[in-house]
Amino acid sequence: MPRITVTVDGITYQEDVEPRLLLVHLLRERLGRTGTPVGCDTSNCGACTVMLDGKSAKSCSVLAVQADGCDVVTIEGLGANGSMHPMQRAFHEEHALQCGYCTPGMVMAAIDLLRDTPEPSEEAIREGLEGNLCRCTGYCNIVRAVKRGAQEMGQAVRTS
Amino acid sequence: MIPAQFDYVRPDSLAHAFRELASDEDVKVLAGGQSLLPLLRLRLAYPSKLVDVARLPELAGVHDRDDHVFIGALATHDEVMRSAAVRQGCPLVALAAATVADPAVRHRGTFGGSLAHADPAGDLPAVVLALDGVFVARSAEGEREIPAARFFVDYLESALRPGEILTGVKIPKLGDGWGFHYEKFHRTAQAWPIVGVAVAVRRSNGAIQEARIGLANMAPTPLRARAAETALQGTELGDQVRQACGEAATGTAPPADLHAQPDYRRHLARVLTHRAVRTAAGAP
Repeated sequence: MPRITVTVDGITYQEDVEPRLLLVHLLRERLGRTGTPVGCDTSNCGACTVMLDGKSAKSCSVLAVQADGCDVVTIEGLGANGSMHPMQRAFHEEHALQCGYCTPGMVMAAIDLLRDTPEPSEEAIREGLEGNLCRCTGYCNIVRAVKRGAQEMGQAVRTS
Repeated sequence: MIPAQFDYVRPDSLAHAFRELASDEDVKVLAGGQSLLPLLRLRLAYPSKLVDVARLPELAGVHDRDDHVFIGALATHDEVMRSAAVRQGCPLVALAAATVADPAVRHRGTFGGSLAHADPAGDLPAVVLALDGVFVARSAEGEREIPAARFFVDYLESALRPGEILTGVKIPKLGDGWGFHYEKFHRTAQAWPIVGVAVAVRRSNGAIQEARIGLANMAPTPLRARAAETALQGTELGDQVRQACGEAATGTAPPADLHAQPDYRRHLARVLTHRAVRTAAGAP
């Protein structure tokens, strides 16, 4: 069985994995990161989105062996010292969720969007989240939350 | 679903990869995995072994060369759409790459992978066909070049032979005076096109002098809309162009599926070709 080394939310793990083990199952079942849900079987829904070496990826469509040597950040690695990340807080404030299943992936995709579009327009937000489905039809509040999160992250950068 | 069992190997050189490919007839090449992993999860494919080429430097990067842009097989869609060489040398490729799936898939999905997958519903096969790209394949025996017109053999079947790996694609640079557009019709933001149309046109003195049109999802392979290309020569924007684009579905064999019947796809091909030609020709 291949042995991989992977850093998840700042902690480095060595794991023996079956080649067919998906990254999302490694995260959930072996490393306890159940904040990353499994949504669909076909990389459509984006619920399982994580950061893989700094870029968003759908962890249901990555083998754990492909992540060997990589740095993974899940929804659980965003906050610091028990406080929420500004984007998480914005989702909370704007009530950008109903059932919450899509939320971890939405938050990760939103943060990924801001990497090169720190002040996104509504259109850019909708394009940036095109790979993430919400089935409670909550997109209006999600777009508002991403806008607010972007503003707060911008302020955090300016004041730090 | 969880994929069926397979072996996995990550070769450290192309030579090593060729040995692994020769080790079993059900070996499959893995790059970004954005087409292959869903197939494995749906258990539509049962490879015995995956040969992960994703870290081989010989297949990486985008290279600006004299008369063409060489896009390495491992260049991701994200890399391709942002590449200055691609945007300047073959803008149609950048336009289409930016519409592939969604940002997370574009971060991992590769240019070479989606072409070698040879899905007629893919965006990029129609684009590379329209631009007369040249595929570069390597095997233990050496290297050969395959023109796009001969690369797409049948549904999900390319001209790559067992033991061969696609190293990249040469996209010829078109000179001045060309305009480009990629137009597709799809159900949801990140879904495959029901029909896609890739267009390059050269315009001068108010008329279209030359047109190249690639169609996605209008047959078991991507197709050139040759009848429309011929009909468009010398036409002016307006009724002439509209009439010429009416030939876009000539010679096609569109599939029937849940989303569209063949006659509807033919209709879409005509309408989308007209839109794409107008936009590429700079119509207001």
